[in-house]
Amino acid sequence: MKVLVTVKEVVTVGDEFEISGTEIAEQYREYDLNEWDNYAVEEAVQISESEEDIEVVTATIGPERSDETIRMALAKGADRALRIWDDDLEAAETLDVEAKAEILSAVVEAEDPDLVLTGVQAEDDAFGGTGVALAERVGYEWAAVVNDLDFDADAGVASVRRELEGGVEELTDVDLPAVLTIQTGINEPRYASLRGIRQAQSKPLDVRTLADLDVDASVTDSALDVTEMYVPETDSDVELIEGSADESAGRLADVLREKGVAE
Amino acid sequence: MSDVLAVAEHRRGDLRDVSLELITAGRELADGTGGNLHVAVIGGDVDAFADELNREGVDRVLTVAEGEEFNHGVYTQAVAALYDEVAPQFLLLPNTVNGLDYAPAVATRLGLPYVPDAVGLDVDADRLVATREMYGSKVATTNEVDASGGVTVSVRDAEWPPTEAAGDAVIESVDVEIDESTIRSTVKGFEEVGAGDVDISEADLLVSVGRGIEEEENLELIEELAETLDATISASRPIIDNGWLPKNRQVGQSGKVVMPDVYLAVGISGAVQHVAGMKGAETIIAINTDPNAPIFDLADYGIVGDLFEVVPALTEEFGG
Repeated sequence: MKVLVTVKEVVTVGDEFEISGTEIAEQYREYDLNEWDNYAVEEAVQISESEEDIEVVTATIGPERSDETIRMALAKGADRALRIWDDDLEAAETLDVEAKAEILSAVVEAEDPDLVLTGVQAEDDAFGGTGVALAERVGYEWAAVVNDLDFDADAGVASVRRELEGGVEELTDVDLPAVLTIQTGINEPRYASLRGIRQAQSKPLDVRTLADLDVDASVTDSALDVTEMYVPETDSDVELIEGSADESAGRLADVLREKGVAE
Repeated sequence: MSDVLAVAEHRRGDLRDVSLELITAGRELADGTGGNLHVAVIGGDVDAFADELNREGVDRVLTVAEGEEFNHGVYTQAVAALYDEVAPQFLLLPNTVNGLDYAPAVATRLGLPYVPDAVGLDVDADRLVATREMYGSKVATTNEVDASGGVTVSVRDAEWPPTEAAGDAVIESVDVEIDESTIRSTVKGFEEVGAGDVDISEADLLVSVGRGIEEEENLELIEELAETLDATISASRPIIDNGWLPKNRQVGQSGKVVMPDVYLAVGISGAVQHVAGMKGAETIIAINTDPNAPIFDLADYGIVGDLFEVVPALTEEFGG
């Protein structure tokens, strides 16, 4: 059996940053494995450790720089990786849900996995739609926002819990093949061991172009254009408590007493 | 083609608040295009839901009596069929957990552009201008989509006020043929999670801890403070995900909604999912090193500082 995990390298932003056009300025960009995808990778690796003959393959749309992130997924136990990139993707300004789902659907058709795991959303663009759009496109069943997975390969069923709002979980059985979008907290992602990192260097990481996957370059013409990016204005009327730690703790203690919750 | 079709959400017999927020957002769009607002409800006690959805600004409520609870297969088919029938320009869906489970599929099935998680909407001729947030709500973006051929938009809950006033909409039942053979997922039931020793929604004073605490061992600082103040400890999602505190302590969209007299947020940045659970607190106090953390937009009192210095000092203030 085969489990495909979509792995995105995301841009993360610290406390201080500047915006350049419709991007975070280059010097403030850091790159990391998308947090939700980290849990998806862990889930796939745990399945491969508990079942016989399961191959875990990762798929990433991203430039050469993202090899570093992909190697982390390989170091955590994925068997091999695909990375999709070419000049058309490089030139694209925005890849919307539709574009990503179309590209990944070509990967699914080529790889024919039994199960596809994606993160619920990406930390940077926060679209949260690629996994379900992909499922619809390739005719797989799906479940979104999964925080527990009991995978029965023989029966061809994934029994999942979906984390609804307000502390309620939905228990659902999903027939395979399926796409599941994975919520954080479903497991405890491992750190890549030194041995894993060494092994990852020799695992296959194949780079494909859109043409290799038979995807038309027009996929990069996203319907959605990001035309502005800005730091949102707030109408905050917070009273900032200034001073040393002791001074501000003193003032805070007064506030707690005034509010009647401390003596 | 300038109408709006919004799809309501319900769970376990209750219409969810987001349904009435969708009416507000939908009416705004319909006013922008000069079209009608149609609101659909699928499954459950559709007649009772239709009465509730008959609010000011709604032109037509469409009911589809298929199933009791949400099933994405039924919803995807039903919404696609309703779209064909109503032929709206805008298909408006909630960006809730269930919205995440069918909105992208509907957009794909209908071949429409998909704009997820909008927090602001405007129409300029045939262009939809949507405001979205990125990078954990640190930045907002303006997104433009050619809406001349229709567009699917999912809207974030709690961003639009609910429409409260009663309306005089036409209520109409619609028969949709659902192909059961294509539905390959079965909802088995629901489970409440997070029952336990403490009910954080009952506490007057919550000391709530977030990612800023860095290590599990550091929770001791928070425990000392809570003990000294006779407060209850709660937490944001990362602390629960790490297994440092049990699920019944989680405040937020997927945890508990709390309304204490005072909510002391320690090392919590204030992601939108967390804010959904605590914005009803009477007084919000935030301690965070990042002056731009969204929690300060909401707080009544804020300390931009190191929790590892402020928290022990505060404990000491009360003799701890």
